[in-house]
Amino acid sequence: MTRKQRRAVLIGTCLGVLTLAVGLVLMALRDSIVFFYTPAEVAEKHLDAGQRFRLGGLVENGSLKRGEGTTVSFVITDKRATLPVTYTGVLPDLFREGQGVVAEGTLTSEGVFHADSVLAKHDEKYMPPEVAKKLKEQGVWRGDAQAGTPGAGKVN
Amino acid sequence: MIAETGHYALILALALAIVQTVLPLWGTRIRDPQLMAVAVPAAQMQFLLIAVSFAALMTAYVTSDFSLQNVWANSHSAKPLIYKIAGVWGNHEGSMVLWVLILALFGAAVATYGTNLPRELQANVLAVQGSIAAAFLLFIITTSNPFTRLDPAPLDGQGLNPVLQDPALAFHPPFLYTGYVGFSMAFSFAVAALIDGRIDAAWARWVRPWTLAAWMCLTLGIAMGSWWAYYELGWGGFWFWDPVENASFMPWLAGTALLHSALVMEKRDALKVWTILLAIIAFSLSLMGTFLVRSGVLTSVHSFAVDPARGVFILAIMGVFIGGALTLFAFRAPLLAQGGLFAPISREGSLVLNNLLLTTACAAVFVGTLYPLALESLTGEKISVGGPFFNYTFVPLIVPLLIAVPFGPMLAWKRGDIVAAGQRLMVAAISALVVAVAVLAWQQRGPWLAPFGIGLGIWLIGGALSEIAYRVKLFDGSWAEAWRRLGALPRSAYGTTLAHAGLGIVVIGIVATTAWRSESILALKPKDTAEIAGYQLTFEGVAPREGPNYRERVGLFKVARGGGDVTTLEPSKREFTVERSGTTEAGIHASWRGDLYVVLGDQLKDGAQSVRLYFNPLVRLIWLGALVMFTGGALSLSDRRLRVGAPKRAKVLGQGLAAAE
Repeated sequence: MTRKQRRAVLIGTCLGVLTLAVGLVLMALRDSIVFFYTPAEVAEKHLDAGQRFRLGGLVENGSLKRGEGTTVSFVITDKRATLPVTYTGVLPDLFREGQGVVAEGTLTSEGVFHADSVLAKHDEKYMPPEVAKKLKEQGVWRGDAQAGTPGAGKVN
Repeated sequence: MIAETGHYALILALALAIVQTVLPLWGTRIRDPQLMAVAVPAAQMQFLLIAVSFAALMTAYVTSDFSLQNVWANSHSAKPLIYKIAGVWGNHEGSMVLWVLILALFGAAVATYGTNLPRELQANVLAVQGSIAAAFLLFIITTSNPFTRLDPAPLDGQGLNPVLQDPALAFHPPFLYTGYVGFSMAFSFAVAALIDGRIDAAWARWVRPWTLAAWMCLTLGIAMGSWWAYYELGWGGFWFWDPVENASFMPWLAGTALLHSALVMEKRDALKVWTILLAIIAFSLSLMGTFLVRSGVLTSVHSFAVDPARGVFILAIMGVFIGGALTLFAFRAPLLAQGGLFAPISREGSLVLNNLLLTTACAAVFVGTLYPLALESLTGEKISVGGPFFNYTFVPLIVPLLIAVPFGPMLAWKRGDIVAAGQRLMVAAISALVVAVAVLAWQQRGPWLAPFGIGLGIWLIGGALSEIAYRVKLFDGSWAEAWRRLGALPRSAYGTTLAHAGLGIVVIGIVATTAWRSESILALKPKDTAEIAGYQLTFEGVAPREGPNYRERVGLFKVARGGGDVTTLEPSKREFTVERSGTTEAGIHASWRGDLYVVLGDQLKDGAQSVRLYFNPLVRLIWLGALVMFTGGALSLSDRRLRVGAPKRAKVLGQGLAAAE
């Protein structure tokens, strides 16, 4: 093989792999990304039933109900709109009423969000940034709910 | 007083880091050996100062000195001692101190053991290393000072996030950081070579042990993180393609590529420019990992603090170092002479393929990790990119690489014979096929591709063993002769075999547990029984229990299999009194077939209890394989030819052994 041919093989392989990679990435980006909405946005956007997305907000106080077996239902609110959610499975450790939550699933034709996963994997001070940001935008953020520093922090 | 000493030491270290950067660089310019020689004691002293600072912080944690804001926010007097110690790096400020400590340790090692490096190279390397230390020390002192005092001192602390109170996690960050920071060594060598405008095989000989050490620690660190997520988060999964996991995985991929391309450079003096670029990329990805985790732009258990000032600072550090290194690269790289021609089918060719696929796979992970951030900052649209994206992109890119792995070591340098290599791999190929067909016949459910995944794992293990068999001429001569050769093989040969076989073990574990995992979610009342993967579980009820700093609700499960009692599992839900949050402790029964994994859920309305059951077949092979890879790296590192302090002696010895290859 001449030097030129060797170089051609090398460049050809590189281009082949890169084309494959770009194709795969574009295809995957089209098919496997999930959008994030709050209940108010769901109402505005008139999402189709069956479309997959993530729903974020706060669990409305007093809305958690246990049904048959491990099925639960609760309401997610962003203080502007609410959306009922059903979920079959085990709720995460830090799932609490009044706390931030993100659920992933689809909207049924009756307007109920059918979640197949619920995330609330952080401590009680935690609010998913997506939720915090959206709530801030909508002006219902209670400020940093973090426990404040006791005393004046004297910087040394 | 102790805290002030620590703070003072940190400031002195910053001043010294600036000296370590400026004087040796100036010295190499004006060719003044005395200025260049400053680098060595400066690097050693800097390590000492940061060690003092780290020790001061640790003392504050161990003695529960709550007058320190950092200790107050992350510790509590009722916490077990090991978590008081681990608490030092279980938070943003402390973990950054650990980061610079490891950085300084690497610098001091080059200063102390690098006496036979060319003097200018050593001075330049230490100067670059010093500049990284200076940037991060400045970052710590200005935005994340762990020695800030509180007045009046609170009576007790706030405690450490309960999910972090775990033995595996206590040692996960030090390993991960050693991996991240270890790549700074390759980076410093690369930039020093670019400043010098000179690079040769000896350079690669020097860079490889550092890269290998970093790679080993990163491998183990990632495995520990995965193991922790598996049993502590209670989801029974081992990898979630979480952005923070990706942040540690990308440097690993780039580091693996660097390890292989440095080999080509050392042995054949080729791929110089590419190796330099990879060294820069590997450390840039480490920096990016630090940025993603520390800036709080991502949602994760790892994001300790959401403070924009810190994010901007780290972003600036990234910009300076990555931008600076790449600019230098653009100007200097054309000066580096290219050497070593090779045919496409050759050891070099296979290593180029390895690099191509690894970096492309790394790029795919990069896109998946950063696309949501980019899209949000550009359009405000919020999306999440999850597992499916990575399964569609990463897997198709990495599978061809895995198929190609056994061929690499079988091909000769310069020009290889693919047919001969194929013949030597015949045994491995046949066993892989037999296993795949057998699994295909045996499996009742699961994707039809899964048996081939298992076959791929066997192919990797078989291929790795075939290489050893070929090198000792197992089937050509007498057994005694083969045995003698086995003893004479360099340790690095065993290192390669172990690392590649470990990869095969990981593949088998991942495929088996992904394809044939059983899962069920049930509502159980006391005395109810459930069945999963041949196990019969009897739920005996729930009882409360007290731990050192938590209360828990423990479920009792009697596990039987085929009529005989196997074990009793006690999954629990813990409520940490101080931190006012909880964790789920899974009940896990490990056997050679796989893990039975029981998670206690919530109390339901009619006295029942929600329970999640999983059976994860062969899941432990994933971490076992990572351990094997780590051992392979360690074996290779202990090889005389690679020994950090002895490149000169090793050169003579190395030639004799290289002839045998």
